[in-house]
Amino acid sequence: MSNQALPRPRFNAPEPERGSKAALKIEARTAPLLQGKVSEIPDAAFGWAMRLCGVAVVALLGLIVYQLVVGSTLSWHAFGWKFFGQSEWNPVSDQYGALPFIFGTIVSSLLALVIAVPLSLGVAVFITEMCPVGLRGILSFTTELLAAIPSVVYGLWAIFVLVPVLREYVQPFLAQTLGWTGLFSGPPYGIGMLAAGVILAIMIIPIISSITREVLTVVPQHQREAVLALGATRWEMIRMGVLRNARAGIVGAIILGLGRALGETMAVTMVIGNRPEIAKSLFAPGYTMASVLANEFTEATGDLYLSALIEIGLALFFVTIVVNALARLMVWSVTRGQPSRSIA
Amino acid sequence: MPDTNSNSAAVLVQPIDVPPISLRRRVVDHAMTAIAVLTVALVLLPLFAIFAYLVYKGIGSINLAFLTQTPKPVGEPGGGMANAIVGSMVILGIASLLGVPLGIGAGIFLSEYGRNRYGDIVRFVSDVLNGVPSIVIGIVAYGLVVMRQKHFSALAGGVALAIMMIPTIARTTEQMLLLVPQAIREAAYGLGVSRWRTTLSITLRTATSGVITGVMLAFARVAGETAPLLFTAFGNQFWNWKSDQPTAALSLQIFTYAISPFDEWHKQAWAGALVLIVLIVGAVAAVRIAVRRGTLAGA
Repeated sequence: MSNQALPRPRFNAPEPERGSKAALKIEARTAPLLQGKVSEIPDAAFGWAMRLCGVAVVALLGLIVYQLVVGSTLSWHAFGWKFFGQSEWNPVSDQYGALPFIFGTIVSSLLALVIAVPLSLGVAVFITEMCPVGLRGILSFTTELLAAIPSVVYGLWAIFVLVPVLREYVQPFLAQTLGWTGLFSGPPYGIGMLAAGVILAIMIIPIISSITREVLTVVPQHQREAVLALGATRWEMIRMGVLRNARAGIVGAIILGLGRALGETMAVTMVIGNRPEIAKSLFAPGYTMASVLANEFTEATGDLYLSALIEIGLALFFVTIVVNALARLMVWSVTRGQPSRSIA
Repeated sequence: MPDTNSNSAAVLVQPIDVPPISLRRRVVDHAMTAIAVLTVALVLLPLFAIFAYLVYKGIGSINLAFLTQTPKPVGEPGGGMANAIVGSMVILGIASLLGVPLGIGAGIFLSEYGRNRYGDIVRFVSDVLNGVPSIVIGIVAYGLVVMRQKHFSALAGGVALAIMMIPTIARTTEQMLLLVPQAIREAAYGLGVSRWRTTLSITLRTATSGVITGVMLAFARVAGETAPLLFTAFGNQFWNWKSDQPTAALSLQIFTYAISPFDEWHKQAWAGALVLIVLIVGAVAAVRIAVRRGTLAGA
């Protein structure tokens, strides 16, 4: 962020070795326009109120962890680590295993990355390196508009537009050309893992491309000029001078997109088919960790059932936290010390 | 540097003693440009498709009844989402009431008191909170409010959305306050204004337009959220004016109708989606215009 772009706030006090608070007191007391004694209580109270707000943010995270851990103890005691390795999910016999959901989450997210990464990189490279300056703002605004559409609207569109298109055109084509791999076999329902992957891809393209763009813009201009001076074409300049230098940041952007895909709920729930099965074919319906929560949480009658669902939530929380922290670190390693794109 | 004025285009001019760029490299160069243009087209295609379908399918289904009536039972034509539109506003109002002051407070802490280790912790935690899936926030609000009250409520939905707003508001407020020049703060101190007064009436005031933009960004982000409302606000087919009863929300209603097997409901879902987007864009635009018109020119 833009913190480093500005000097740290500091008082221009006559005695800088004293803390800013002391300096302030001196200023206030010697101010000629001021009448009467200035109370320090409002200042202190305000300061502590703001600190409390800061503490509240940390407390919120603590609260989330606490709620999830306490809620999932029952299931943890019943199944232990087996919970994540079992594929039976049966509320009637009170047997819960999260494997099909973990599988669905991972496969749909990876599929989304496979589709989204080349597209986002292409868009980012085009906007920063190739496109005419006048088009730049419009293009980045339009791609970011994609991020403003609510997830449920994506789902709605996917059900009524994307799924029929997949069913009628894309899936028969894939089955014909790539059916031998086993990934594209079975009846083309439209709804299923493939649809989930495609809609997730559309949803994470804005985040990957906007962060990649941010990373590409901080690659120093003289890197580009140096490569061009050696006689490189524009593509060679982009490959050697820009992409190579921005590698870590681009990987970070991709992981950030992965984090978004892992936790995405509504659109996926609406098109993935919601069947807890592990199938090789991408045409088959699946289920993800987030969608099982969306579908079954309110219907969970038994304590163990509810606890098992909360444990899935805990696992999802933990994975997204790790993925996000990793991504932030990688993006930061490239953009460090550079003003980031403005929020507005 | 021999000629610092030459821009990158000028560097492309070939000196005489360098062999010309081979055909293969030129073809690759052009192919890559073509591929990049193609990716842009592929990304813009779904965007236009979504908006086109929204307008095309939505406009046909919006009428006065849609905006003024509650849902009709299955099979009966007509009916609308008036209760869901109001319910969404109530939930978002509760969320803003809880989330905005806390978020701005945390932002003030980060920029004015938090240029140290403790601030770094809060900064990191807000970034972490930003990445928590919304459905997980829903579970937390369920445990916090629904389990205590023993029933679904607008309050629970508001709490869930507030938790999602806080980190975004905190970080953008911090950035906006840091953009206010230090000299302005010092000028206030020099006049004998106390620190809290300076922060509120000078620093925050100067950064108002930026802070509000951040708030609206957070608002727009949670306004369309569905997942955290599923088991907090729960949805309702009828009018509800109590904050401790299940409440309808536009996004929930869209979800329910979209996955239903009835054509009539599908139409309503499209209309609901269009109304939702118009409301979000409208709210953001209204606040921005109000800010611009006021005396709140940035620093």
